[in-house]
Amino acid sequence: MVTLAPAAPTSTNPQRFLPTETPLALLDAGGHVVADAGLVMPSDDILLALHRKIVLGRRFDSQATALTKQGRLAVYPSARGQEAGEIGAVVALRPQDWLFPTYRDSMAVVARGVDPVEVLALLRGDWHCGYDPYGYRVAPQCTPLATNALHAVGLAHAARIKGEDTVALVMLGDGATSEGDTHEALNFAAVWKSPVVFFVQNNGYAISVPLSKQSAAPSLAHKGVGYGMPSMLIDGNDPAAVYAAVAQAVAAAAAGEGPTLIEAITYRIEAHTNADDATRYRDRGEVESWLARDPLTRLRQHLTGRGLLDEAAIAALDAEAETEAAALRQRMNVDTVQDPAELFRYVYAEQTPALGQQQQELARELAESEDQ
Amino acid sequence: MTTLTDRDLEKAPIASPVTMAGALNRALADALREDSSVLVFGEDVGTLGGVFRVTDGLAATFGEQRVFDTPLAEAGIVGTAIGMAMNGLRPVVEMQFDAFAYPAFEQVTSHLAKLRNRTKGRVALPIVIRIPYGGGIGGVEHHCDSSEAYYTHTAGLRVVTPGTPADAYALLRQAIECPDPVIFLEPKRRYWSKETTTLQHTAATLDRAVVRRPGSEVTLISYGGALGTALEAADAAAEEGRSVEVIDLRSLSPFDDETVAASVRRTGRAIVVHEASRFCGYGAEVAARLSEQCFYYLEAPILRVTGFDIPYPPPNLEEHHLPSIDRILDAIDRLQWQDSSGTVKADG
Repeated sequence: MVTLAPAAPTSTNPQRFLPTETPLALLDAGGHVVADAGLVMPSDDILLALHRKIVLGRRFDSQATALTKQGRLAVYPSARGQEAGEIGAVVALRPQDWLFPTYRDSMAVVARGVDPVEVLALLRGDWHCGYDPYGYRVAPQCTPLATNALHAVGLAHAARIKGEDTVALVMLGDGATSEGDTHEALNFAAVWKSPVVFFVQNNGYAISVPLSKQSAAPSLAHKGVGYGMPSMLIDGNDPAAVYAAVAQAVAAAAAGEGPTLIEAITYRIEAHTNADDATRYRDRGEVESWLARDPLTRLRQHLTGRGLLDEAAIAALDAEAETEAAALRQRMNVDTVQDPAELFRYVYAEQTPALGQQQQELARELAESEDQ
Repeated sequence: MTTLTDRDLEKAPIASPVTMAGALNRALADALREDSSVLVFGEDVGTLGGVFRVTDGLAATFGEQRVFDTPLAEAGIVGTAIGMAMNGLRPVVEMQFDAFAYPAFEQVTSHLAKLRNRTKGRVALPIVIRIPYGGGIGGVEHHCDSSEAYYTHTAGLRVVTPGTPADAYALLRQAIECPDPVIFLEPKRRYWSKETTTLQHTAATLDRAVVRRPGSEVTLISYGGALGTALEAADAAAEEGRSVEVIDLRSLSPFDDETVAASVRRTGRAIVVHEASRFCGYGAEVAARLSEQCFYYLEAPILRVTGFDIPYPPPNLEEHHLPSIDRILDAIDRLQWQDSSGTVKADG
């Protein structure tokens, strides 16, 4: 019988797991290149792709907010201001990787290639998940926060067992790091050396609760050391830094080096959702200060300064974003026809006799109300 | 991966004595052998073979990649199982004890039960959660809960509990093959009950009850740990001249209305027997369904013999809580055997 005695640690030096004291950045708020950044600057093609997807993503986000005000969506949690995280993380994923998003990550899901109308099925109230997760390798958007972190670990662990080169990236917020499932997911992933990237967008608030009431840790990235997991603290409003950090973590995971915890410091410009009133818990001045650190402005200044982007290209891209938004508006303004029978169809692989009866009860009820 | 040869299949099964724990172990081993996507994991299920030894020897036979110990975290076990199932594996996980499964409740109710529905059938989660449940073994607190109603109340889950070793084998094999998530409740006081039987995949059906003992005057409807008591009570009643039928539900969700209602229509009297508390307990659903389906056939109100509405008692007091033969016999006596003319319908 094999006895697995507790392994004596070869070194208790936590240094290799610790994040930097200040957030890593490749571009400063003015779009200037940061010297000795500690991250690999993405290629020009990647930077241009990030810029393009951020413009399209921001327009999608504002269109979704507008659709909510028109009553087309039940609710919409905006990610405005977090475009560097939403887009940077997704662009760094490879086609074979999986994304595990939350409800605030619609922009990321769209950037991954999912049809925006399918994405918004949840918030329009048509169905809980409107897209095929296997079609895009995107899990359903998760509402009970942090629960999806465990799914990401399981999926990634299964990929390892099956010999597949797949990395799972799970999106979390600052609030979600307080949930027990985050702890369990970080621990399982570290013990199993699962190919997972934990991408925490620290946007300052969990609805109304500020980070200071959420955690007393030096940073959320510091939590990684407790699990024996390498951690990175990055400027979450720097698209280049987000891409570089996630790409590095994906490469490490794919190489069998296990998971990475990334904390990206950012800010939620809008209220939690359209139903929230952010003036009850934060100053306008705070929002203004973060608008000055806008991720799109920063990237655009860098690209135009280097001659990689000009006014004509920006105008063309803006026009493309408008066309996409108009198409989305038009498609979302069509009333959908819902089949109540679907309520009973997917509960089990095969419908149970009792559910069949309840489906008939509802059908009778509907037929009677039509007769009246 | 080892596969069965034609020669193996030709071997005639020979009946031999087997415990429920042994039958479950065989079911896991056979499933692991026949399907390379099956995994077994949980707390202490690897090297130790589980605190009840249900996974004994599996890690040695199938390797630590397929049978392994996890960190001590139940939400983690179920949550990672969900991710693994999304990626094509069939996890069979163990919750060490009934009450220790509660940390996984959110993963079970919000994800395991709903993901198929949320994705319109695109994501199936063929996961089995094995949970040793119920009392009668002198366990200290948090080791003896009958937690079935929490799960049966949740749409999207199948809830199964075997009453015999042969059923334990067949139901676990079918649960592992089932495309739906299955909560597999193992009555721990039946783990060491022996039966001389051949273990066959097809000995039971995942969603059907079985008449365990035929009778004509009363139907006892039971399952899991209380089933043995119900059968003994039926024998005792027979000595007093009452013909008692005993139904073993096996599948708590979905509920086999057909088998149960047919019996009660025949006997006209029914008692639900379970260990779990009475209030909003599983028996309430059974009684309500039978009232709806069998009202004109009933000679008496449907009674329940259950645990009291108290937290599970300490070991030295648990005998007062668990349904006993006497309590079942008393309930049978209360089934209004006198008809309207005041004559007793049968010996009683």
